[in-house]
Amino acid sequence: MKFGIVRFPGSCDDIDALQAATRVGDAVLLWHSDHDLQGVDAVIVPGGFSYGDYLRAGAIARFAPVMAEVEEFAREGGLVLGICNGFQVLCEAGLLPGALLPNLSLKFVFRQVEVEVVRGLGPFTGACENGERLSIPVKHTTGRFYAPEPDLDRLESSGQVLLRYALGENPNGSLRDIAGVCNESRNVFGLMPHPEHAVDPLGGSVDGLKIFESMRAHVEQHVLA
Amino acid sequence: MSSSTYSLDERHRQLGLTDDEYARILERLGRAPNDVELAMLSLMWSEHCGYKHSRRLLRRLPTEGPHLLLGPGENAGAVDVGGGLAVAFKVESHNHPSAVEPFQGAATGVGGILRDVFAVGARPIAVLDSLRFGDPASSQRSRYLLDRAVAGIGHYGNSIGVPTVGGEIYFEPSYEQNCLINAMCLGLAPHDRLIRSAAAGAGNVVVLLGALTGRDGIGGASVLASAELGDADDAKRPSVQIGDPFTEKKLLECCLELLDRDLLVSLQDLGAAGLTSASSEMAGAGGVGLTIDLCQIPLREADMEPFEIMVSESQERMLCVARPECVGALLDVCERWEVLATTIGCVTDGDSLQVLHRGNVVADVPVRVLIDDCPLYDLRPVPPSSDLYGGSEAVLSGEEPPAQTLLALLGSANLASRRPVYEQYDPIVQSRTARRPDEADAAVLMLPDGSAIAVSIDGNGRRVACDPRRGAAETVYECSANLACVGAEPLGLTNCLNFGNPEKPHVAWQLTEAVEGLAEACEALGVPVVGGNVSLYNEAPTGPIFPTPVVGMVGKLPHADRAGRMGFAHEGDLIALVGPFEPSMVGSELAKLRGEAPVGELPVADAGSVRVVHGAVRARVRSGAFRSAHDIAEGGVATALAECCIAGEIGALVRLPHGLDPFGEAPGRGFIVSGSAEALAGFIVIGEVGGDVLQIEGLLDLAVSELRQVRDSGLTEWV
Repeated sequence: MKFGIVRFPGSCDDIDALQAATRVGDAVLLWHSDHDLQGVDAVIVPGGFSYGDYLRAGAIARFAPVMAEVEEFAREGGLVLGICNGFQVLCEAGLLPGALLPNLSLKFVFRQVEVEVVRGLGPFTGACENGERLSIPVKHTTGRFYAPEPDLDRLESSGQVLLRYALGENPNGSLRDIAGVCNESRNVFGLMPHPEHAVDPLGGSVDGLKIFESMRAHVEQHVLA
Repeated sequence: MSSSTYSLDERHRQLGLTDDEYARILERLGRAPNDVELAMLSLMWSEHCGYKHSRRLLRRLPTEGPHLLLGPGENAGAVDVGGGLAVAFKVESHNHPSAVEPFQGAATGVGGILRDVFAVGARPIAVLDSLRFGDPASSQRSRYLLDRAVAGIGHYGNSIGVPTVGGEIYFEPSYEQNCLINAMCLGLAPHDRLIRSAAAGAGNVVVLLGALTGRDGIGGASVLASAELGDADDAKRPSVQIGDPFTEKKLLECCLELLDRDLLVSLQDLGAAGLTSASSEMAGAGGVGLTIDLCQIPLREADMEPFEIMVSESQERMLCVARPECVGALLDVCERWEVLATTIGCVTDGDSLQVLHRGNVVADVPVRVLIDDCPLYDLRPVPPSSDLYGGSEAVLSGEEPPAQTLLALLGSANLASRRPVYEQYDPIVQSRTARRPDEADAAVLMLPDGSAIAVSIDGNGRRVACDPRRGAAETVYECSANLACVGAEPLGLTNCLNFGNPEKPHVAWQLTEAVEGLAEACEALGVPVVGGNVSLYNEAPTGPIFPTPVVGMVGKLPHADRAGRMGFAHEGDLIALVGPFEPSMVGSELAKLRGEAPVGELPVADAGSVRVVHGAVRARVRSGAFRSAHDIAEGGVATALAECCIAGEIGALVRLPHGLDPFGEAPGRGFIVSGSAEALAGFIVIGEVGGDVLQIEGLLDLAVSELRQVRDSGLTEWV
């Protein structure tokens, strides 16, 4: 199982994601200007500030050469995980529904939050139980999930909302406390919390490992098998 | 050479040079400088670059130590942390720019200190900040400065992916007109990647890396950092630089890759006084000359004058020297990182900094005149004849019951929870952070071999105002105490001396006494000063700021997983008071809340016993015998106990030793620790952990939830 972590020049959590993925499999970095996914089994678009994000977060990154390959990979059913800035990029690229708006506070927020696994099923949360609570940090300025009401209803009814902030834990004003959503085909997943920063007991929580373990289990059962 | 369009006395005075200094320039050059040369000299001879009022004094600080790898004089100092790794670190001020434009001032303060650290080849792994503002309750301006400075620090640090792991903030009226923004950065490097700034090798190529050169920040070092701020400060706003963390992120990664590929001879950041300072310091350190052609420098505005190019403080630029055969590979790396790289000159075997523009020599100054001939002034210290600082408005009368006093302290701006601030910073990126803010007295960062480094930054202007020598020494002791609480042994420290106008005798006295106090404490603990920064002229018409030496200390612990915590951990653990702790009300937070002025004699610290007790606490944290450790600082032992309860979410039943003032202070000397009865044998046991109430017998009885609520809400009104 080989993870590929996209590296934009302004990525910040790329090495963190690489190290976290290495706990469950192999992992390599994918350079933003290369048209090459190096044969990876899953792609992670990490946190950070892709190209500075002085414009809308992710608005430039979606046009990166590597993103053309990521979109192709996703269309063919490959697993793509977007964390924080990666979530923003995948929304901009149209691979995920909705949009991420500035936090209600208009400020950067770092906080260890509790999120609830809405569906402990599928490639990204298969290693979790329904309703399980995970302790994972958030850190962002632009993380308020938004979609029009009918779209939110559809996302919920089709089971695309995979993670929700637990009661009282919503750090940014996300609609319906949504912390992470997947696409209709369930192979692309974006979340604002940083699972790669919850993999080491010395960092306070190892709950984030379950996301990476879910991906590995899915790839091993459905792709490599 | 271009001729002067001003009369001579007008020219040099406008640039901040005295008549005597100008005469010295004439004598050393043997001729009159032209405009470009005078602009360069005025910056290199400013307080900010030349340290002309502080350099002699700073020689008093000890700079030798067994772990030292790079000492003062480099972009940052560095110590050995084992495993072939070095930690480089430095603290620097960005006070004056932040008082004019707090967001960009604070942001570029972070950007500048990051460059200092990667200029020595170290990857920045942590930032800490030490901030001072006026009273937030009465000053709308101070609330604005706080809000924007915090946002600026977060903007730069968060965006570039370097965690902000700690810091401190105090509010005092003396900082109303002169806020302090000190930023410290730590970097990590294999020993063999450390690089010095000294240019070497005639014929080698000088390459400018990074952003375009524009008119921003022109004269920042002399205009902002070396004179008092007055009323018409809006006019100085164009002197404040604008930060671009994305450009710096690429520059950082690019420089580290150039070093990993061994493509550089030397590296230097462009900070205050821009290219003038960077080029003359590189040449001076290497004992060589440099020739620079200004026509090669990529400009943001095409019509810039030669002197503007030489003094521009545009951010996110670095200067490096490379062997000619490495330049091709160097440019390839820069292209991959989309970093602009331009060959702008070469190293010569002469002794001067020669600047060309359109084929003409527009400046030609011996490097020694720029670097070594800056006049050094002896201070004329005289103790103040009267109190320099008044009291503030009293919020307590002194008649309140202890419970009310403790709640007032916990909710006060200086002691309240810093959560509303640190939640705006990313403390975990790079995945090294083992102790975050509020978990322990120092931040703890893991190293690859399972060991860790710890870092703390401290300063207490109120106490230094009372007694500069003892107050400054206490700052060092408190940093070391913070490190002891996580089990770390100090390896080195960096300091930033924030003072008023040193030409005034009472400020000169504060500065002299404080440096003596720092030196005594460093010698007592055996901790060298690896570098630092001086920020003078922090003075308004109403008077100087509190004398504020800020100390950042780095230590090492063998096992990251044994790092200490502040909060009480287990029901039934005993609580002990450790250390030669003999507190007093002088200079305390409670005295402040009672409206008292910062005057009086601070309690003496016996340096030998401080060192012994820090060692004892450190050893027992490392062994796991102490399950929590917290130093007793502002607000005294009652406040420290409350903080241990809040952090551990558990109560305590305590009986204080007879006669111990629950709110008296003696920083760096006393600790509250908890552990089993066996672990605390030999220490003064004062109570037991348990329940959900902090009860101090005969004094107070307060629910931990109430303590937390009051402490949590103290700053939320202002941030």
